[in-house]
Amino acid sequence: MNDFNFYQSKAPVDAIQEISSLENAKYIAGGTNLIDLLKYNLLTVEELVDVNHLKSESVKELENGAVLLDAFSTNADTAYHPIIEDRYPLLSKAILAGASAQIRNMATNGGNLLQRTRCYYFYDANTPCNKREPGSGCSAINGYNRNMAILGTSESCIAVFPSDMCIALSALNATVNVSGPDGERKIDFTDFHRLPGDRPHLDNNLQPNELITGIELPEKGFVSNYSYLKLRDRNSYAFALVSVATAMDLEDDLIKDIRIALGGVAHKPWRVKAAEDFLIGKTATRDNFAAAAEMIIEGATSYEFNSFKIELAKRAIIRNCLMALHPETQLPGAQPSA
Amino acid sequence: MQTETLTQPLEKTNSKIITLKINGVETQISLKPWVSLLDCLREYLDLTGTKKGCDHGQCGACTVLCDGKRILSCLTLAVMKDGSEITTIEGIATGNGLHPLQKAFIEHDAFQCGYCTPGQICSAIGMFNEGKAKTEADVKELMSGNLCRCGANTNIINAIMEVKNGGDHE
Repeated sequence: MNDFNFYQSKAPVDAIQEISSLENAKYIAGGTNLIDLLKYNLLTVEELVDVNHLKSESVKELENGAVLLDAFSTNADTAYHPIIEDRYPLLSKAILAGASAQIRNMATNGGNLLQRTRCYYFYDANTPCNKREPGSGCSAINGYNRNMAILGTSESCIAVFPSDMCIALSALNATVNVSGPDGERKIDFTDFHRLPGDRPHLDNNLQPNELITGIELPEKGFVSNYSYLKLRDRNSYAFALVSVATAMDLEDDLIKDIRIALGGVAHKPWRVKAAEDFLIGKTATRDNFAAAAEMIIEGATSYEFNSFKIELAKRAIIRNCLMALHPETQLPGAQPSA
Repeated sequence: MQTETLTQPLEKTNSKIITLKINGVETQISLKPWVSLLDCLREYLDLTGTKKGCDHGQCGACTVLCDGKRILSCLTLAVMKDGSEITTIEGIATGNGLHPLQKAFIEHDAFQCGYCTPGQICSAIGMFNEGKAKTEADVKELMSGNLCRCGANTNIINAIMEVKNGGDHE
């Protein structure tokens, strides 16, 4: 880790002012990913601007029925908050499927959105990586790419975005509240993260020095039919090979509304509106979910070691949509129900 | 309240003087911002019960309680915890008596090398504080951030379950 200065901010306005006055500074909240990157010297900073003291009420009900997650509160406080457990159980399950209890006690909601890929080559400074060092090349495309993306990839990058929480936030149509040198703005969750294209070093559409201050969840939380399925090499404390968040609204057997978001397959949470539209008004059957799965995975490209992900993702979608019919069967860590 | 300065302040402009209440003792220390809480405990305060395993948040050996919650001391900077209460394995036992978890670990042979034990015990106490573990499956899931390379996990879970269920150790 290089030497740096440390500034403890008291309000978003002074955090933004402080970071804007420096060339190479970063906000730090939980720090669970940032400190790791600093330790590996994959990142150097001149100053860290600590935003932990900006924390307020972790979950707040708004007048319009929406719910506001505080950006600076921890993942654990959010997942275990009675409002989230009761009204947004999909989000609670997804958060609890991520990392370990210790990390969830440290990691913040805003920081979760900003975590970097865990692509092996991004983490290995001895290999080219366009995400770490733009223009240097991608070692994953012809390397050991078992964990890499199958959708939305480019010739520059096939890294995946590692979050679990964000897969549920995508399915719930969340909005990200940000504050920056030019004031405040809101970003639809689906527009927050970006595909790699020829600029894979940019993970999201935040402007320089912008700070996430909150995440807003619409009133509708899908309390009756939801499921988060996370498939990985061991049952717990590992990143997803493929994960699926399903939020469903049923009227008798008919699907009134459905959201299906995938993790572990792309540079951002993956949703295909056409597949969701296809299911609306149809019955909740395996065949219909299978047809939707084909639509979601359409256009997938695999690489030498990750072709299994295409079939795995299809089956995971079908299985998770069926699990959403019986959310009480969800096992700890978002493992498949028995 | 006892306040002791345990190290000489470094003469660098970016050093910070912070106060941590460690195992009940208020401690002032001057540190560079890049010093992790783990290194602060081990290298500056000589509290070597907390172990440095992977130093990257993957093994749980460095788990301590910060304001009652279990965290990884390797993935936080000491300066970020200014004003916090920290409990390490050295602060778990009361008087001369071992904590029930310490007794249960001994009785269940829940360690071989013992390197992961301080983190396992602090983590289990944090898990009890959280009150979310209802079943053995929950305990396994919620203790999954603590790895034992010797493979004593079964005995560790047995020791924790015994204390959780009241056992003879409360």
